[in-house]
Amino acid sequence: MFNKTLRVIDVQRIDNAPLAHLFLETLSLDFKPGQFVMLRPCQWEYDPFWPRPFSICTQDEHNMHIFLQIVGRGTQKLAYLQPGDEVDCWGPLGNGFEFAVDEDLLVLAGGMGLAPFIALSRKHPNPQKIRLVFGHRLDLDCYPWHLIPAEVEKVALQQETQTALKDFEKRLQEEIFSHSGKVFACGPRPFLQVVYKYARQAKADAYISLENKMACGIGACLGCVTKTKQGYKQTCVHGPVFSVHDLEDF
Amino acid sequence: MSVDTRVNLGGLQLKNPILTASGTFGYGLEFAQFGHLKELGGIVVKGLSLKPRQGNPCPRIVETPCGMLNAIGLQNIGIENFLKYKLPYLPFQETAIVVNLYAQSEEEFAALASLLKKEEGIAALEVNISCPNVKQGGIQFGQNPVLAAKVIEGVKKNAGTKPVIVKLSPNVTDIKEIAKAVIDAGADILSLINTLGGMAVDIWTRKPALKNVFGGLSGPAIKPIALKMVYEVCSNFNVPVIGIGGISCIEDVLEFMLVGAGAVQVGSANFKRPSLSFELVHQLPEIMRKLGISGFQEWIGRLKT
Repeated sequence: MFNKTLRVIDVQRIDNAPLAHLFLETLSLDFKPGQFVMLRPCQWEYDPFWPRPFSICTQDEHNMHIFLQIVGRGTQKLAYLQPGDEVDCWGPLGNGFEFAVDEDLLVLAGGMGLAPFIALSRKHPNPQKIRLVFGHRLDLDCYPWHLIPAEVEKVALQQETQTALKDFEKRLQEEIFSHSGKVFACGPRPFLQVVYKYARQAKADAYISLENKMACGIGACLGCVTKTKQGYKQTCVHGPVFSVHDLEDF
Repeated sequence: MSVDTRVNLGGLQLKNPILTASGTFGYGLEFAQFGHLKELGGIVVKGLSLKPRQGNPCPRIVETPCGMLNAIGLQNIGIENFLKYKLPYLPFQETAIVVNLYAQSEEEFAALASLLKKEEGIAALEVNISCPNVKQGGIQFGQNPVLAAKVIEGVKKNAGTKPVIVKLSPNVTDIKEIAKAVIDAGADILSLINTLGGMAVDIWTRKPALKNVFGGLSGPAIKPIALKMVYEVCSNFNVPVIGIGGISCIEDVLEFMLVGAGAVQVGSANFKRPSLSFELVHQLPEIMRKLGISGFQEWIGRLKT
């Protein structure tokens, strides 16, 4: 567990898209894909009040790369940090995705949900074992698609209309029903709800990463809980990755 | 100049005046990776009830300017699980472990006190008669001086020698009225304030931001209100007070003590920086030296008015 103040190395905003890449000083931390860090710029002082959770996109000896979507005040401010600005950071947090290196993985990503799978595919010693299906609303070049290793069997599908969304839902259903190994998914809630529905129908060994709002990230505030078969569990410490068969009321 | 950070609140000895507030510090162990728990003046653990509670449906928290609203609804593992699985791992010999108690009736409160009176690892009981987020118990006691007094009498009768702290709600017309009632009923220490009732709405969904609709406001936004209420209670009653409400930096700690608090609890600020409470403890000697005080008896309640 690291708890450090890191400097911003670079921020790259994507033209005409509410997306940004934040590069921080590296932590050289050992993390599992799907684990996350809490980030809070020191200049925020009392407002915005909470830190924000982000999965780690990539990390090397030079920097930690966070891929973020601007959805509110906090992410807006994060996307406009300047090189040299300081950010409090603690992590890695949560459970992350568990897998064996020789098993076939079906990875389903929706929009920003691509971020943890960039880490997963780059850290995976056998990326050819991964089949990645990526649904996105904005043009593909807005996303760090090029960071996915070439060995990954990957499909990107854009949804700009309701019809395209319906087709994508059908595609997800087919992918889940035709896959016999583990399924991982991350993305917006409506996307995860589709995955949840079909993965449970198919009795698939499927895991989804939740994006609940968090105040602390360490299991203390009980604000990020999700309903499981064992009652309300904190998404930050018992997740963010949950088996679809453990989740209730999702 | 050597400084002495110790404080004494009506028999409750603390190595320093910085405690962590219930509901913001889990069962303490969650924060062990961010500092040495034993360095804290004390840890007030998440409100505990006789039986485990699931709490309220989500969303339960929402960020607000300089603060947050919560409607957790006292989700907790229950007193027995706490004593069995959490307390043994807390440094109770080196710092004060305070159990925050929640119940729905006088009898349940008394039963909790009775369970804890012989627990050596527990330094004091904090009776939560001020949670705004539960349908029964909580604030219904905290807003009614007669009921509050009955609860505290019952707890005192069953708590043995454990100091009884009563956590007061700011959601009252006159906090002095409820303070007097619980002092007369035997409260050893008062802690204030709990959260202020509030709500937030989303114009795009036309829904309340919290499933519970109402929640409790905390964070720096409530500090001036808390400071006033602590001052009001301290200047009217001769009872040790623990100040709570938006404390986020070392100056805040000294402010609450200046108006009369013998100690403080750091709450929501633990979320914005999990190492904060530990850092405040480390910053105490320096600010005491800067203020020219060697001990807190030279500072507590010394506001010049």
